[in-house]
Amino acid sequence: MSPTIGVIVFPGSNCEQDAVEAVKDLGAETQLLWHGSPEIGNVDGVIIPGGFAHGDYLRPGAIARFSPAMESIVDFAKKGGPVVGICNGFQVLTEVGLLPGALQKNIGLKFLCKTVTLKVVSTNSILTSQTQIGVDLKIPINHFEGNYTCSEDTLNELRNNDRILLTYEDNPNGSMGDIAGICNKERNVVGLMPHPERACHDLLGSTDGKPLLQSFLESANG
Amino acid sequence: MTEPLHRTLGLTDPELEKIIEILGREPNHLELAMYSVMWSEHCSYKSSRVHLKRLPTEGEHVLVGPGENAGVIDVGDDIAIAIRIESHNHPSYIEPYQGAATGVGGIIRDIFTMGARPIAIMDPLRFGPLEDARSKWVAEGVVSGISGYGNSVGVPNIGGETVFDQTYIGNPLVNVLCLGILPKDRLVLGQASGIGNLAVLLGATTGRDGIGGVSVLASAGFGDDEADADKRPSVQVGDPFEEKRLIECCLELLDAGLVVGIQDLGGAGLSCAASETASRGGVGMDFDVSAVPQRELGMHPYEIMTSESQERMLAIVTPDNLEQVTAISKKWEIRSSVVGKVTEGGLLRIMDGLNGTVLGEVPAISLHEDAPLYERPLAPPDDLELFQEDTAEQLPKPKDIGEDLVNLLSDLEWVTSQYDSQLFLNTVVGPGGDAAVLRLKDPISGRETGRGLAVTTDGNHRWCAINPRLGTAMSVAEAVLNLACVGAEPRALVNCLNFGNPENPTVMWQLSEAVDGMSEACREFDLPVVGGNVSLYNESQGTNIDPTPIVGVIGVIDNLDAPPPGQKWSEGDRLIVIGPEPEGLSGSAWAFEQGHRKGILRELNYDIHKKICEITRELVQKKLVTAVHDVSVGGIGVATAEMAIASGVGCSLARISSHEALFSESSSRVVLAINPDELTNVEEILTAAEVPKARIGLAHGDRFTIKGLLDLELQSMKNKWKSHLPTAFEGGTTQG
Repeated sequence: MSPTIGVIVFPGSNCEQDAVEAVKDLGAETQLLWHGSPEIGNVDGVIIPGGFAHGDYLRPGAIARFSPAMESIVDFAKKGGPVVGICNGFQVLTEVGLLPGALQKNIGLKFLCKTVTLKVVSTNSILTSQTQIGVDLKIPINHFEGNYTCSEDTLNELRNNDRILLTYEDNPNGSMGDIAGICNKERNVVGLMPHPERACHDLLGSTDGKPLLQSFLESANG
Repeated sequence: MTEPLHRTLGLTDPELEKIIEILGREPNHLELAMYSVMWSEHCSYKSSRVHLKRLPTEGEHVLVGPGENAGVIDVGDDIAIAIRIESHNHPSYIEPYQGAATGVGGIIRDIFTMGARPIAIMDPLRFGPLEDARSKWVAEGVVSGISGYGNSVGVPNIGGETVFDQTYIGNPLVNVLCLGILPKDRLVLGQASGIGNLAVLLGATTGRDGIGGVSVLASAGFGDDEADADKRPSVQVGDPFEEKRLIECCLELLDAGLVVGIQDLGGAGLSCAASETASRGGVGMDFDVSAVPQRELGMHPYEIMTSESQERMLAIVTPDNLEQVTAISKKWEIRSSVVGKVTEGGLLRIMDGLNGTVLGEVPAISLHEDAPLYERPLAPPDDLELFQEDTAEQLPKPKDIGEDLVNLLSDLEWVTSQYDSQLFLNTVVGPGGDAAVLRLKDPISGRETGRGLAVTTDGNHRWCAINPRLGTAMSVAEAVLNLACVGAEPRALVNCLNFGNPENPTVMWQLSEAVDGMSEACREFDLPVVGGNVSLYNESQGTNIDPTPIVGVIGVIDNLDAPPPGQKWSEGDRLIVIGPEPEGLSGSAWAFEQGHRKGILRELNYDIHKKICEITRELVQKKLVTAVHDVSVGGIGVATAEMAIASGVGCSLARISSHEALFSESSSRVVLAINPDELTNVEEILTAAEVPKARIGLAHGDRFTIKGLLDLELQSMKNKWKSHLPTAFEGGTTQG
């Protein structure tokens, strides 16, 4: 049985169709969730896709967190539902408090679109269960504000509880601890800056995004 | 004695006379303002129309040719592609970030107004040298602006070019190309029809930004700095978030069949949109200025009608559909206001309330059809003969040929990594390739067709400075060859003609020659011109830019089951160059680096060029080459150096015996890297096709050597190539 993945769309989101395409190709059903409606139906998992929700006004994700759909997604997450925030989605998850820390401007003060090498640090999550420590992943990043920042205490907590999932081999944006992706305490909410949906097709240069999305779909099926 | 109003608005005395003749009376301020923007060079093409009509525009795949908002071609599987290129040169000199940002916004609107979803942009850019402080400031701001707007509005930037030369000090060129995809049957034209139908203004409020953008900025050269600073308010300000919502709103309206016609607002704002839709439809319009949502208090009707505030569209809607249109707009948080009504007779009446006072009244068609048509005098430069005799082959040999080569190498990653090149999961080859390659998926179902699109932008001011006709033909030829290098057949061309002051007969001669060169090449390659843009008055303190015609060519790849070979060769590959022997140095990047900007170009041999394109395409499609790269800027020296750097594998080359052979940019040459197992096969194919060819060496090791000429360490070449731009920009941005 294939899981149904809800993909939320805010005004200004632009990676939702890409996320839909990538998970459909992996066998899932999808449903677009309009930000303005609290109805998220019977989805088995949720993706908060990349883009510029609400034009990134105020701060990326700052306004999106107040959407009716987001309220339902927070409920869904609190009940253990699997949620992945990609890029802008990661920003939204930090703003809504499902993940700690914040994403600040890249250290180079420029937008950066490039393929980076990610190291798998933990396979104990809904995003990385099908990956392997020691097998690096080539995945594109595409952001201006991807510099993960948090307090020393938070960083220690993340490290001590195996909540850092992916790190950059060659830190492109200044993130603390080279952090590219993390999960919450319960391990059902994940945020990452790189775009796995952009690495799911041979023609596009890498298929290393597949194990990440497959892990997520498996947990949604779970 | 104060300047008469018409002159302050940029209209000449004879133009005023013509307006009086059309109206049968003196025009009022509002009417004059409308004519001044619509008849500006930028909007009316008054100096260039007489030449542009020589371009070939017909072709079997053409669905919409020049004259609409964008050209549209059939790419099979019931899919159509809309394509257009535009310039935003003058605003980018005054306010680089917004000038470039709104250039992106404007071209994107031209595409979705045809019913196409914008899927890619490309940005051919030209700046003064980075040692010039203002040029650096402009370049940084422009790249930031294209990045900021393009990324945020959600259209990937899949390629372009960035060229630096002293000719662009004071006149940067910011050309932006956009592609959009649509099902063939969703094509919508920018026409009003149906008496009694409503004109609905969608999008942003109207303010005072950009007023006079087309007349004040784009139709005049630049003078001194102080006066230029006063032109800053004429630069439009963009909001990509508004545009993104506008795209989604308009595409939803079009999908639902709720719109009779739709037109974007660009140069000349409402004057243009209202009059163009009416005039194309052969109808008139009553336009209510009081209904236009305004951003500022106390705006005059003439300001409202000529404002170039961004992110606005004018939709023609039947009264029955108004409610649904309003509902969909509301969902996307897009303002919608009924601002007009389609009428019989052809008059554009500007009113204060649809039943109120008539503030101005002109025949809609006169704003377009009656725009002056100039046959400006043209003449080749007086010293042409002397100019041609002063060839670059006469320059002394370089003191250090290796250093001269390395100075021509530059990694553009500093620019291109600021652009999202991957959104929509179509980009198979992005910035840095010979041509960009996109997967072609059905716009409705998302189904892969198994085919691809290839697009390239090309232009070479050095060739055109030497010989505008031949240089332009060579640019078209290069574009076709670039497409062949990714296995694509060309289908259509769009162009942006960037020239100096048309009141200068030499500039007009350059324009006319360029048009002739483009026509000739397009006919030879069976390439219809489906759209174009002209930017004149690229002149500062009396100095005109070198003629810079830019072309964008789109083609189709019949079978895209793997990415094309690209430029990376492998250790052990045999290297072959196909095409005629190199000849001549005039107009080469090397010559210009030595300060030499004169001479002659070798004629283009179309038969040989077509043969080279065909064979390259065949070898690529049959996957018989490891790597392929055409020879253009910097000659075979730069072509092979770029391949070595991309691969991380050096080479030993021979049979390149002089700096002329190394740096010559004569046309129709391609470097092929072939696996030794395939070599015999490939050489047989080349021989059978009677293609001139020469084995030039072997890919191997960590040095880049050319027997008898130079011997360089590859890593050191790569370091210099990589650090060239970041060092020049000194890392980091000064822009928001």
